[in-house]
Amino acid sequence: MATKLSRDDVLRVAALAHLTLTDAEVETFARQLAGILEWVAAIEQADTAGVEPTARIGADRPAWRDDEPAPSLARDEALAGAPEADRQAGLFRVPAVL
Amino acid sequence: MPLAPDASAVEIRDAILRREVSAVEVCRAALDRIGAGDGPLHAFLHVDAEGALARAARLDAERRPDGPLHGVPVALKDNISTRAMPTTAGSRILDGYRPAYDATVVVRLEQAGAIVVGKTVCDEFAMGSSTDYSAYGPSRNPWALDRTPGGSSGGSAVAVAAGMVPIAFGSDTGGSIRQPASFCGVTGLKPTYGRVSRYGLVAFASSLDQIGPFARRSADAALALAVVSGADPRDATAAPRPPFHAGDALRDDARGVRVGVPHDLLESGVDPEVRAAFDAALETLAGLGARIEPVALPHSGYAVPVYYLVATAEASSNLARYDGVRYGARVPAPVLGDMYDATRRAGFGAEVKRRIMLGTYVLSAGYYDAYYLKAQQVRTLIRTDFERAFETVDVIALPTSPTPPFGLGERVDDPLSMYLADTFTVAAPLAGLPAVSVPAGFTRARLPIGLQLTGRAWDEAGLLGLAQAFERATSWAGERPAI
Repeated sequence: MATKLSRDDVLRVAALAHLTLTDAEVETFARQLAGILEWVAAIEQADTAGVEPTARIGADRPAWRDDEPAPSLARDEALAGAPEADRQAGLFRVPAVL
Repeated sequence: MPLAPDASAVEIRDAILRREVSAVEVCRAALDRIGAGDGPLHAFLHVDAEGALARAARLDAERRPDGPLHGVPVALKDNISTRAMPTTAGSRILDGYRPAYDATVVVRLEQAGAIVVGKTVCDEFAMGSSTDYSAYGPSRNPWALDRTPGGSSGGSAVAVAAGMVPIAFGSDTGGSIRQPASFCGVTGLKPTYGRVSRYGLVAFASSLDQIGPFARRSADAALALAVVSGADPRDATAAPRPPFHAGDALRDDARGVRVGVPHDLLESGVDPEVRAAFDAALETLAGLGARIEPVALPHSGYAVPVYYLVATAEASSNLARYDGVRYGARVPAPVLGDMYDATRRAGFGAEVKRRIMLGTYVLSAGYYDAYYLKAQQVRTLIRTDFERAFETVDVIALPTSPTPPFGLGERVDDPLSMYLADTFTVAAPLAGLPAVSVPAGFTRARLPIGLQLTGRAWDEAGLLGLAQAFERATSWAGERPAI
C-alpha cells in the first residue's frame, strides 16, 4: 500500500469529495493522511483468505414492510430549511449548473 | 418537597405521581442547575426552557400517570433531530438548521412523559473523542475543568455527571457514549446494533451508529433504553424484536456469570492507575460470584485501524448530502459546483474534512480492495472472535479507556493519538454488540475510571444486571463532582 501522498493525490481526493483546500491544508492533510494510512496498513498482516466481508450487522435482510401509501413530509416543510427556495413553485433554488 | 439533585429518574417520576413535587418544579430545578453549571461546563448548545416548562405544566394538568418517564427531564446530543430546537450536530454547516421532524427516540421519549430540556455539545458530526472538534467550543469535565469530558457525546455525559438531568442520550459509533461516560464517572450504554431506531439521528457511519443512554444509575439506563428501543417502520435496520424490558436487568449478584478478560489487549498502553482500578473491579465481580476467565480476541488488535477505514468510508458517503441546497448553511457562488465546494469548505471543520478525505481515498479506484474491502474482511474476523469467545464466557471485561481523561486540546494536532483513545471501544460496534461503561474508581487526582462490559447481541439485560450488581457493591456510581 502507498503510504506517501503527493500533493496531486490530495487534490484529486479533495475534488472527489467536493472540498476546496488551502495550500496549508493540502500540506497538513498530505502528512497526516500518509501517517494514518501507514498506521492502518497493519491490517495487511491479517490473514483474510476466503473471509467474507462484513458490510453490515444484523439480520440477513433488513426489516420489510408493506409498500402502502402514507403521508410524507409536506412540500412547504421540506423547503422551510432551504438556504434559497421558490416556495410558490415548490422548488429548491440553486445557482447556474454551468 | 425538593428532590435531591442526585435523584434518579425513577425517584423523580414516582415523586411526581405521588404529588410530592410537580413536573414544573422538577423542570425548573433542572433548568436552574443547567443555568448555574453551564457557564463553566458548557454541556449545552440549546436549552428550551420555555418549551420544557410548558410541557411540564401540561403534564401536571393531565396527571396521566402511565408514562414510565413522567416528568423526567432529559437532554439529547445535538445530532438527534428535534423539531422544537436546532440540530447542528456540532457543525457550522448545520448552523441554524431546524429539522422538520422529530427523531423516533424523541417521539418515544415524549410519549413516555419525558421532558426534553436541551441539546448537548458534541464533536462535529460525532467525529472525535474529546468534544475538542465541536464547532461551538468543547465541554469541560466536571471533575477537572481543564480535562476533556470525552467524546463525541461529551455534553450529554457532563449534563448527567453534573446533576443537570438524570438521563441524557448520545450516539455511539466507535465509543462515543462509553468513553465520555467513563471520563465523567457515569453509566453509558451502547445498545446492540438495531436495538434503537436511527431515524432522525444525523448519520455518521450507518453500519455502526447507535443511540443510547447516559445515567447515574444502571436502573435508569435500563428504563431509558426500554422507552426508546424497538422496531420502527422508518428504520429498516431497527430490528423487529420485542422492546427491551427494564425489569429484566435487575440483579444484585453475579453468581454464575462468566466474565472473560482478553489479557493480550491489556499488555501495553494501559495507564497503571486504570489497570489497578480494572484489576480491583475484577476482584469485586469475583466477590459477587462471577467466574473470571481468560479469553482470546486475536483480531481485536486490528479493531482501531479497521474502524477508521470503515467509519470514514461510510462518513464520506453520508456527508455528501451537505451541499448547501436543501438545508443548513450556503456560501453563495455563481456556479453550482463552486457553491458546493465553497459551502463545504466553510462549513466543515478540520477533523471532518480529514475523515471525508480518508474515506474518499479508501473508496477510490485502485485503493478499494486494499483498504475498504480488506477492512470489511478483518471486521468479519473481529466479529467471529467474539462469537467464539461467547461460547465460553457471558461477558467480556476491559477498561473503557486506556487512560484517564486527558487535557482539553491536548490531542487535536495529532489525529492518531486521538484515535487511540478508542482502543477498547471500537470492537463492540464493529461486531454490533452491546457494551456498557460503569464507574469503577478514580485516579489519585480524582479523575474517573470506567469499566467496560461487552455482551452477546441483545443481552443488554445481562449487561445492565451485572452493571447494577457492580454498582451496588461499590461506591463509585454515587460519587459526584464538587461543581
